[in-house]
Amino acid sequence: MRNLGLAMAVFTLTPMLTLAQNGGDAENGKRLYLRNGCYECHGTVGQGAGANPVAPKLAPQPIPLAQLIAYVRKPAGGMPPYTSKVISDAQLSDIRAYLASIPEPPPVKDIPLLKP
Amino acid sequence: MDVFKSIGFDYVFANPGGSFGGLHESVINYCGNNPEFITCMHEESSIAMAHGYAKIEGKPVLTMAHGTVGLQHASMALYNAWCDRVPIYMVIGNSLDAAHRGGEVGWDHSVQDAAAMVRDFTKWDDTPVSLQHFAESAVRAYKIAMTPPTLPVVLIADTQLQDEQIPAGERLSIPKLSLTTPPSGDTGAIADVAKMLVAAENPVIVTGRSGRTPAGVKLLVELAETLQCGVCDQHLRMNFPTRHPLYQEWRNRAALADADLILGLETADFYGTIRPRVANTAKPLKVITITSGDLYIKSNYQDFQRYTASDLSIGADAEATLPALIEACKKLITGDRKRVFEERGKKLGEASAQAMDRLRLQASYGWDASPISTARASAVLWAQIKNEDWSYVSDALFFSFWPLKLWDMKEHHHYIGNKGGAGIGYGSPAAVGAAVANRRRGRLTINIQSDGDFMYAPGVLWTAAHHKIPMLTIMHNNRAYHQEVMGIQSMANHRSRGIDQIGIGTKIEDPFIDYASLAKSLGVRSEGPIKDPKDLAPAFKRGIEVAKSGEPYLIDVWTQGR
Repeated sequence: MRNLGLAMAVFTLTPMLTLAQNGGDAENGKRLYLRNGCYECHGTVGQGAGANPVAPKLAPQPIPLAQLIAYVRKPAGGMPPYTSKVISDAQLSDIRAYLASIPEPPPVKDIPLLKP
Repeated sequence: MDVFKSIGFDYVFANPGGSFGGLHESVINYCGNNPEFITCMHEESSIAMAHGYAKIEGKPVLTMAHGTVGLQHASMALYNAWCDRVPIYMVIGNSLDAAHRGGEVGWDHSVQDAAAMVRDFTKWDDTPVSLQHFAESAVRAYKIAMTPPTLPVVLIADTQLQDEQIPAGERLSIPKLSLTTPPSGDTGAIADVAKMLVAAENPVIVTGRSGRTPAGVKLLVELAETLQCGVCDQHLRMNFPTRHPLYQEWRNRAALADADLILGLETADFYGTIRPRVANTAKPLKVITITSGDLYIKSNYQDFQRYTASDLSIGADAEATLPALIEACKKLITGDRKRVFEERGKKLGEASAQAMDRLRLQASYGWDASPISTARASAVLWAQIKNEDWSYVSDALFFSFWPLKLWDMKEHHHYIGNKGGAGIGYGSPAAVGAAVANRRRGRLTINIQSDGDFMYAPGVLWTAAHHKIPMLTIMHNNRAYHQEVMGIQSMANHRSRGIDQIGIGTKIEDPFIDYASLAKSLGVRSEGPIKDPKDLAPAFKRGIEVAKSGEPYLIDVWTQGR
């Protein structure tokens, strides 16, 4: 029994932001995303994970930077808090830039392997 | 051995050991290797193989080990089977008589009470002191293991009993085996449950291991369709078809939140599963349980889980109780209730279809990623096996349950559940054991194998190669004890110490393990590592062809963590 519903709710609420709106260095963000272990739960391209733990997808269309920083500092559920001592706001901005740079996946209807 | 033959064992799973050499020699010569001796490379593998075998075959194999060091090796696998309610039949050699022990090793390998170390997580054991005693206890042990809740048993075979000739003129007999009828629920209690189910507006069934046999799957479908109610699944067995419109597992929170009655069938952590709904005291809720777990429990190990308050508990095997419950429900359903049920079923079907759409969207994220997403690997594999007679024999948890989400699972052998006690090292041996049972049916065995789990006892691949046990192993090579990576990362974060050291003791890198070469060295054809998702389909095709030709095959795939 896994809570997919909650995970889905998190990312259906996320507004779309462009890289320009976000700022930040996407290349450095990718390095930080991998170095800081974000990918361990959320996947290397922010796709999320379905079990143990259920980790919501982060990309494409990441949540706004302010919301991201607030959540990372004081997360809900099983995610551990990342203090500014571990990762700065500027670094989170770069990570968000990386997440925003991840392209949309192909539409489900165009993936034959995912047809019902 | 005549006793064991009378019970009907098809195989012996064992790593050889002198303390049961008398039995070993009798298997291969007196019995002509029937039951077939399957050479195992670790006692933990023997028992985990027996665990996987029993979940496909529905009955135990004969396993043998040393009473001391062998049982010590085997103990974790026994615990997994205990937690998973799986019958294991284990015979261990021992020398009780000090005057007949052979030297230093003989003494090291002798013990006063051999089964003591596993008594907390076995259902029954005995130390027979005569051949007649052995015959009766051997038959009794099988009967006990097979009575729900089905669980492991241990029988001690004394070396003197094994080795010495039967005295001339001794009259020995083998008692007839008669399996105990699985306990079904009390008629009055079943009638009460039926009334509550038919009267409920939104009953939801939560199943853990109600699919004890293939009949259990069909019966649960019949009950759910009779009531047109939702079914949530703890994935401990193949309990209910994953594409059935009433299957609500992929929206379990919502389904349970709407429930005014929850019926738990052979569940494990029922408390945890229904806790969010129970916490909502504003809406009335009735809770009913039917489980053989209420009939047999021990104190020390805590696998019985947290106590769950219920309105009605039936101590019985769920599968055996379902026929009477279905009939009782059918008798109570009026035309009006039937119309209500049909409307409910229609809504559940729509909700289930929407949940599946969300899963497919989720699967599309990271579709082209390298390392390869577990969703894509599952989707590609499904396309290759869906027209075969297949059997998925792995714990799906670390693969984000994608096979259960994307594959059309409907037969009992399509999924065998998880490890039971979450003891790592179960995966590859349980898969080989399940493949032994699938082999005689010409069924394609699929094992998605976690890398860390595999390295506990990789010698089981040699067993598969040596005995020509066909199966396809896909390595879920995420290059870490990934659960622990995340655990240590979480701990470091809570302490605000940074996470740059979390790979110490958790990552499997520097060097990366070359699983394809390892498999080859054990006699198993293989390929990989595959890092580009476009290379998956042709590799899977090759692997399936080899498995269908009767051999094991391994494909190493570099995967995402989950």
